[in-house]
Amino acid sequence: MAKVKAPVEFRNVSKRYGAVTAVDDVSFRIPAGTLVTLLGPSGCGKTTTLRLIAGLEMASAGRIFIGDEDVTALSAAERDVSMVFQSYALFPHMSVLENVAYGPSVQGLKKADAEAMAAEKIRLVGLSGLEKRAPSELSGGQQQRVAVARALVLEPKVLLFDEPLSNLDAKLRRRVRDDIRQLQTDLALTVAYVTHDQEEALAVSDEIIVMSNAKIAQIGSPHALYEEPSNLFVADFIGDANIIDATLMACDGRLGTIQLGEMLLTLPHRGAQPGTIKIAARPDALTLSKDGEGLPGTVTKSSYLGKVREYTVKTALGDLFITAPGRSDAFPPQSHVVVRFTNSGIVVLPH
Amino acid sequence: MKPKTAPETALWWLGLAIASYCLLPWYWIDLSNGLNVTGWPVGASGSALARGIAGSKPWLLTLLLPLGLAALALMRRGQREHRGALLALAGALGLALLLAQGFLIGLKGWNAAWAASLFGGNPTQDGLGFGGFLTLFCFLLLLCEGLAMRGFCRGDAFIVSAIGVIVTTIIIFVFFPVTRVLSQAVWGPEGWIFGTFITKITDRSIWGLDCLTSTLNCGVAWNTVFLGIFVGVMCTLLGLAFALIATRTRFPFKRALTLFSVLPIITPPFVIGLALILIFGRSGVVSNLLYEWFSIPRSRWIYGFTGISIAQILAFTPISFMMLIGVVQGIAPSLEEASQTLRASRWTTFRTITFPLLRPGLANAFLVGFIESLADFGNPLVLGGNFEVLSTKIFFAVVGSAVDESRAAILAMVLLGFTLLAFWAQQAWIGKKVYTTVVGKGDAGLPSPLPRPIAWLCGLVTIPWVIFSLALYALILVGGFVKALGRDYTPTLQHLTTAFKINLDGGPIFTGSAWDSLFATLEVALLSAPLTAAIGLMTAYLLSRQSFAGKRSFEFGTMLSFAIPGTVIGVSYILAFNVPPFELTGTGLILVICFMFRNMPVGVRAGLATLSQIDKSLDEASLTLGAGSATTLRRVILPLLRPAILASLVYSFVRAMTSVSAVIFLVSAKYNMATTYIVGRVEAGEFGIAIAYSAMLIVFMLAVILFIQLAVGERRLGRRALSTPMPTS
Repeated sequence: MAKVKAPVEFRNVSKRYGAVTAVDDVSFRIPAGTLVTLLGPSGCGKTTTLRLIAGLEMASAGRIFIGDEDVTALSAAERDVSMVFQSYALFPHMSVLENVAYGPSVQGLKKADAEAMAAEKIRLVGLSGLEKRAPSELSGGQQQRVAVARALVLEPKVLLFDEPLSNLDAKLRRRVRDDIRQLQTDLALTVAYVTHDQEEALAVSDEIIVMSNAKIAQIGSPHALYEEPSNLFVADFIGDANIIDATLMACDGRLGTIQLGEMLLTLPHRGAQPGTIKIAARPDALTLSKDGEGLPGTVTKSSYLGKVREYTVKTALGDLFITAPGRSDAFPPQSHVVVRFTNSGIVVLPH
Repeated sequence: MKPKTAPETALWWLGLAIASYCLLPWYWIDLSNGLNVTGWPVGASGSALARGIAGSKPWLLTLLLPLGLAALALMRRGQREHRGALLALAGALGLALLLAQGFLIGLKGWNAAWAASLFGGNPTQDGLGFGGFLTLFCFLLLLCEGLAMRGFCRGDAFIVSAIGVIVTTIIIFVFFPVTRVLSQAVWGPEGWIFGTFITKITDRSIWGLDCLTSTLNCGVAWNTVFLGIFVGVMCTLLGLAFALIATRTRFPFKRALTLFSVLPIITPPFVIGLALILIFGRSGVVSNLLYEWFSIPRSRWIYGFTGISIAQILAFTPISFMMLIGVVQGIAPSLEEASQTLRASRWTTFRTITFPLLRPGLANAFLVGFIESLADFGNPLVLGGNFEVLSTKIFFAVVGSAVDESRAAILAMVLLGFTLLAFWAQQAWIGKKVYTTVVGKGDAGLPSPLPRPIAWLCGLVTIPWVIFSLALYALILVGGFVKALGRDYTPTLQHLTTAFKINLDGGPIFTGSAWDSLFATLEVALLSAPLTAAIGLMTAYLLSRQSFAGKRSFEFGTMLSFAIPGTVIGVSYILAFNVPPFELTGTGLILVICFMFRNMPVGVRAGLATLSQIDKSLDEASLTLGAGSATTLRRVILPLLRPAILASLVYSFVRAMTSVSAVIFLVSAKYNMATTYIVGRVEAGEFGIAIAYSAMLIVFMLAVILFIQLAVGERRLGRRALSTPMPTS
């Protein structure tokens, strides 16, 4: 693709509907050629943010830049942005070819040129031969690819995906997810991608923007978000986590001494002040054994999921959610166990 | 190619404004004798600029100011917002100046005493013509372009302009005439006339209740209300009986009932009354038989309350049936099944579940029947006798022997008050309470059959009624082809040839007496139908797809003209458009405009219903692909709206062909409509021609509707899903 990809930048953007604030003073940057995911529970403002990039919503405050251009006041038609909709939004009265050729043809291109551009993109998404079909005659996955081809045909500076996998079944989801990521890296597209599925976000993104209550909770790479969540919301939302009250006794350089019930742990304090803090422990960071040193507890629930076993263990620190490999020995409910804290997968939450 | 930005289209509008200001005839000129341009650019057909400079109309030169401001706003460099503000100001100023001049300076001089004393002199002017209207239109669009540059409606000039044009035309052609009526009632040539107003509006002839205590007639307001209530109740009960039979019994002719529901749409409103006269009038078919066989004397019993109510019930029952069949079908069968599994009998289920769920729908149907009865003009006109209702009383106050415009205005106010009250009640209170239990999920239940006594009752009521209706229509179709119904049954084509004779010697010459009115009607109906559909669907699009300040009042305004009875519209159009600046009476244009705004709500409803089934992300997808909203509308929305377009085209065409109440005030010698021609024949006692003509109209429109239904039906066979495909693999 010939065009230079452009970064997207939000500077203190807000969107208000009357008294309701859907996006509250949000700033971020999507670097050119990367895939950035907007992740969060429903109603957190992620879709509104995406629509603000597209120009389908107009910002109440702040500025939006695509490349060097301030697009805040431009309408959707005037922005060099395309979008793949959750429902695909294929025009039902047009064939696959007409759908994909729609963009160039409304730009004033000749029909033959528009269709040639469309045919190229249809080939790119692997649907050659289906040009004459009506959208209703395609499967869900095929419709999704038509929607992608239609969005790509104008070679936009920025491509937007609004929950593109939510209408596909579980098996197909993984494949389409990989296809999208492949396409994005091959063409070095700048992509903003909205999803509420944290696993999907971890799998496809260069960077993830976690949103909560109209604000950004954390921005970071998938690894950083999972291993070093900066707050309780992110720790809880991405992967499962046991949130445990603890006390930071003393700081020594990067590390701090943390009292957890009877135990003492040494972890990076991440800027937390001495006193009461919260720590997040991933379920696989805790191990169970019959006896030995550690936190005593009683198994209250136990389920076998094949790959892993899941336990809920009642301890002095509260109920803990713990996973163990599926092939390990089982601890039946009511059995007495000892919980040990390993060295990774446990972090201090600074806020 | 990027979509045109505001300044570019604005430049076009400014150019058009300047051209029409400098070149086109500013005032209305009569084109019936061909275009006469003697003396142009001054003279009667002169342009605003020339006539302003020539000195005869100096006030027209003030319009140079807004034109200059607009040019400044568009030429100047600077921030988009600031230039937009200046452009909007220029447009608003232009509108204000043009309208102020138009309303202050009339045919015979100043219209207001304060203006005369302020400016002096005695200037005169005619109504606006081509140049004037075009300039007005351009000022409006410049205002909208300016607002769009300021960021209104996401800066979409097309949308702002569409809203601006629709709002302005509704103000000019709905609100302005109606306020003119109201002001006529309280404002005379000598200023406020509250005293007279109070006396007139509380007059015994309007509000008297003598009929309760003596044999005298009640006031016309009570007559109207009593009639409306009676007709509303009867229509609702009959409609319910039909609806129950159609949905809850194994009645064999259900399909035929749908045809029955089409009939009132294609029947001119007075035809039922006419048929009743031909059956029960003094020389009617039945009256003759009764006289000959049983020596029952002929009488005029059909004229008055009895006749009008029978005619109206016949005419409006199908409407109530159509509403109630939706309500009955809307009750989820599983509710009734739930009741039955709780061991309620069929009768108990009907009494405790079905009927309570129907109640809001029944109230709705009643109100519609009530409003229709109040607005009906044709049946009271032909069947009224000494029994007067508001709509006919208004008519006779305008065209009768004692012309009294302020009385007409007062009666119109009373009638408008009643209908608006009913309309408001329906919208605000009942409209929202209708228990639509249809949800997205399929309901596998079966509707429970009617309890036997109710089924019998419904059958007993409806079957004679259907037979009676069929007899009426048969009579209408046959009546035009016998010499004189009731007296001489010799078959003849005499009435038809009188009305529709074509002289074939030397090319076809339409010598029949009805041709002129038929051609005029067709012309007006064919012109108004696409315009009505366009404004109705555009309004629907704005209501469903755009959000803007004042959307609620916008919606109410568009629905309002539906609630205003035709007679009130007719009177108000005469009062409002008989004098400059909008001098339109006597033209075909006023008929077209009248139909546009009366029938537009149907287009709005049809459009809203279809648009709600079209996924909004289709529009958004088109927008993000670089299509402006005008392109999106044309290439994505309109193709998907085709059924709604057809429905509103047909409906507005048919309504234009059959309506009588408003147009009877607005017809002129040149533009006489089919319906008013027929009413004229009825009043002259020429029933044969009247009924032959009516039959022709009904058959013609039935053919139109069937043709369109076939066309629409074929479209559905094409494998194109209307709603968005369900994306499951």
